[in-house]
Amino acid sequence: MSIYMINVATQIIIQAIAACGLNIIVGHAGQISLGHAAFVGIGAYSNAMLTTVGGLTFWQAMPISLLIVGLVGLLCGLPSLRVREDFLAITTIGINFIVVAIFQYTPALGGALGIGGIPNVELFGFVLKARPFFWLCFSCLVLVLAISLFFTKSWLGLSCFAIREEETAASSMGVSPVRAKLSAFVLGTLMAGLAGILYAHYMKFISADSFSFPFSVTLLSITVVGGLGTFWGPVVGAVVLGILPEVFRPLVDYRMFLYAALLLMMIRFLPGGLLGGSDLLSVKNLRKRKASATKGGDKS
Amino acid sequence: MTDKILSVKDLSINFGGLKAVDNVSFDIDRQEILGLLGPNGAGKTTCFNMISGVYKPTSGEIWLNGKRTDGLPAHQMASLGVGRTFQVVKPFSGLTVEENVIVSLGMPNYNSFTRSCRFWHTKANITAANDILKTVGLEKEASTKAGLLPLGNLRKLEIARALALKPTLLLLDECFSGLRHEEIKVIEDLIRKIREQGVSILLIEHNMRVAMGLSDRVVVLDHGRKLAEGTPEQVSSDPAVIEAYLGKGESTDAA
Ligand SMILES: Nc1ncnc2c1ncn2[C@@H]1O[C@H](COP(=O)(O)OP(=O)(O)OP(=O)(O)O)[C@@H](O)[C@H]1O
Ligand SMILES: [Mg+2]
Repeated sequence: MSIYMINVATQIIIQAIAACGLNIIVGHAGQISLGHAAFVGIGAYSNAMLTTVGGLTFWQAMPISLLIVGLVGLLCGLPSLRVREDFLAITTIGINFIVVAIFQYTPALGGALGIGGIPNVELFGFVLKARPFFWLCFSCLVLVLAISLFFTKSWLGLSCFAIREEETAASSMGVSPVRAKLSAFVLGTLMAGLAGILYAHYMKFISADSFSFPFSVTLLSITVVGGLGTFWGPVVGAVVLGILPEVFRPLVDYRMFLYAALLLMMIRFLPGGLLGGSDLLSVKNLRKRKASATKGGDKS
Repeated sequence: MTDKILSVKDLSINFGGLKAVDNVSFDIDRQEILGLLGPNGAGKTTCFNMISGVYKPTSGEIWLNGKRTDGLPAHQMASLGVGRTFQVVKPFSGLTVEENVIVSLGMPNYNSFTRSCRFWHTKANITAANDILKTVGLEKEASTKAGLLPLGNLRKLEIARALALKPTLLLLDECFSGLRHEEIKVIEDLIRKIREQGVSILLIEHNMRVAMGLSDRVVVLDHGRKLAEGTPEQVSSDPAVIEAYLGKGESTDAA
């Protein structure tokens, strides 16, 4: 692999890690989040500050950064318990803008200049650059996928699916919507935080605009294109959306436009995403079920 | 421990200006099947929603096993032993029939974070779920996506999920509508069997033959108020009840 390809692959993996988190929040727990980039940013800024100003190593800073992201995620997850779905979209956009504004206007966080001089990751005295750093990111992706798989196999995951499908029925079956939604939200933001931590040490320099609203839209596009609620969806989505811009480099100015068009096309023609083949079937089933429900004289 | 499993006292709820349930009181004895009847829009389902914690009453009290429970959230009512079905069926469409039941089986696991991190796909759960599916006659559909089931089977799934909670009080909201004649007989027998096992049952049913046949006692609601209460024989000969069911057409004509 050339250095160029390693760079592209590393970026794709970092985005896939963040998308895995979004997949848990949106795909598994059915909560819409349009501010996921904020949590990537919080992870990146925390680790950047702790390793530059704080003088910690990457490994010492990481658990503290994750703790910070988790706590902020918990705080931001609380509105998701109170507000309805459509309002949650707006709330999370708001969170994104507030977090970016804090990065931008806090002098201690570098203000508009951002934070530079973020150190390389070291492991057993070796400096992880380029290829070794790629493998570090790859291991993190494997870990995140393993956690996602564990989540879907746990009661917590099952209760999230139930809440996503039918909140009233799930609560009448003993599932606390508060715990299910909040756990999914915090787990998802932790994965975003991990992606941010890796991003900071990959770029060596971060600034607020890398974590603004368009990045949240990119992450949501990745998750939707790959297939919401599927295991490989975030990875497939990240690969597709990561390679497309490289192929269509001349169109880079129109990237957001292309994402929006792609999103709309997916929702129209392939609502389950690339991997959601069975979900395509279930849209048909939904219609069938509706038909049989009306036939049964049920009022809705 | 009182001999009443459930006592509802002066229960009321307002939706905007509408008094959907207005000062309704009734009790259910242990192991009793109580029919909750009344014309469309009488407030029966709304009563269920308050008892099961889906709605918070505007005023009044609900006592379950001598413990006051009005205002508690739905998942706590489930853990206190109240199982319910929904008149407008609410399956977890994307999950299989078996998984739908397992969600309900997991109730003891939802009360602590560490417990809820355990696996749900265990042999014990699958066996338990399939046993319950067998009692309602859905064992063949275990691995079908719930969204694919016709209405009749969705009604059975509603009952299966409620049973998986191992309830002490079971609320059944029109669980016979959409079922074929033979299926109705099967579910009737099942309900009697559940009662034999010590469960108290509150039943909403429009099919008079089924409702009167199953219920030990009946409460009739009309326009949110309690109209009558008594044995099926007493109630079906009550002029006020006959008026509420049959006199509707005349009174609207007169108005
Ligand atoms: N969430 C709600 N918001 C506003 N009005 C409601 C709500 N739920 C029920 N109602 C109203 O309360 C009244 C009682 O409704 P309910 O569903 O309890 O009737 P019901 O006795 O179950 O009737 P049916 O036999 O048709 O099921 C109706 O007029 C209904 O429109
Ligand atoms: Mg009703």
